[in-house]
Amino acid sequence: MSLWKFFLKIFAISMMTFGGGYTIVPLIREEFAHKEKLIRDDEMLELIALSQTAPGPIAVSTALLTGYKLKGRRGAIVGIVAAILPPLIIISILYYFYTWFAANFWVRAALRGMSGAISAIMVVAVYDLAKASLKEHKVFSAIILIAAFLTSTFTSINTGLIILALALVGIVAFRYVPKEKKP
Amino acid sequence: MTMLRLFIAFLEVGAFAFGGGYAVLPLIERVIVHRYGWLTITEMTDVVSISQVTPGPIALNAATFVGMRVAGIPGAVIASVATVLPQAILLFLFGIFFFREKRSATIEHAFMSLRPGVAGLIAASTVSIFIASAFLSTSPVVMDPLVLVALAVVLILRIRRANIFPLVFLGAGIGLIGGLVEYLTQT
Repeated sequence: MSLWKFFLKIFAISMMTFGGGYTIVPLIREEFAHKEKLIRDDEMLELIALSQTAPGPIAVSTALLTGYKLKGRRGAIVGIVAAILPPLIIISILYYFYTWFAANFWVRAALRGMSGAISAIMVVAVYDLAKASLKEHKVFSAIILIAAFLTSTFTSINTGLIILALALVGIVAFRYVPKEKKP
Repeated sequence: MTMLRLFIAFLEVGAFAFGGGYAVLPLIERVIVHRYGWLTITEMTDVVSISQVTPGPIALNAATFVGMRVAGIPGAVIASVATVLPQAILLFLFGIFFFREKRSATIEHAFMSLRPGVAGLIAASTVSIFIASAFLSTSPVVMDPLVLVALAVVLILRIRRANIFPLVFLGAGIGLIGGLVEYLTQT
């Protein structure tokens, strides 16, 4: 994939990333894991884990790391530029009539439908990623998955700290566990 | 001078914005509303609502909006770049270790737990996206029929592997049709 094509893909993805947070994940998977087979789901989970170790918007970090993985440092810079351009352009234009736009009945109606669609897209992505993450060490992985879900849902512990704790649990646990043979 | 202040303010927002999404709002409010007085609380609420109806992370939308307010388009660019600069520098450094051909056993072990853990975090965020959009009110429980219809239709098509981009537009279309129905039944 050329740098220019990569730029266009991330630019388009960033245009469609409504709702912030992890909503960029299914789009990155579709473009770079399914259509192009450049990233596997377990690698995708690693990129997201790494993106959580830095502050700032997740979408920007994920775009940067995807670029880094596929195209090295130049890819990382292209990824970050392509990720910030759409919101920059759109808000600059909307700045002049934002009160009308944000309160508009039809805009809000379209958004309500879109948020339903995005919930559905996220559900399928979560199912696929959970399946990919449970391939090895099933019981351990399932416990970790559920624990992370509950911690994030029912406590206000910072995501960065959860990531750090997860990393430590893995390092300590697998010191004493023999490596599973790959089938 | 204004540009420098804009840059430093959003550098701070970018550097301390952990957690993503709405977690960043108190930070933006403290820096932009209370310290620099670039927005009033009401305008801050406007930025949040415009952020809901436009793509892109809330921190970047706020950066562009405040940048435009303070110094026009150059201000918007400076504020946006400042917001992402801390994470760009950090991830560049992490990337040097992470994207090596051969990773140490310790890093591999960390990822054994991080992979399912991150899947759990994304699941949690999906649940909160659903709750934030699907409920018109929680007591009494009233769900938004329009959100539920879009969710059901897109879920079926997505399980059959329809592409995401058209599905997002389909969601918007269902929203507009539902809006039209509401509009006609109310008048």
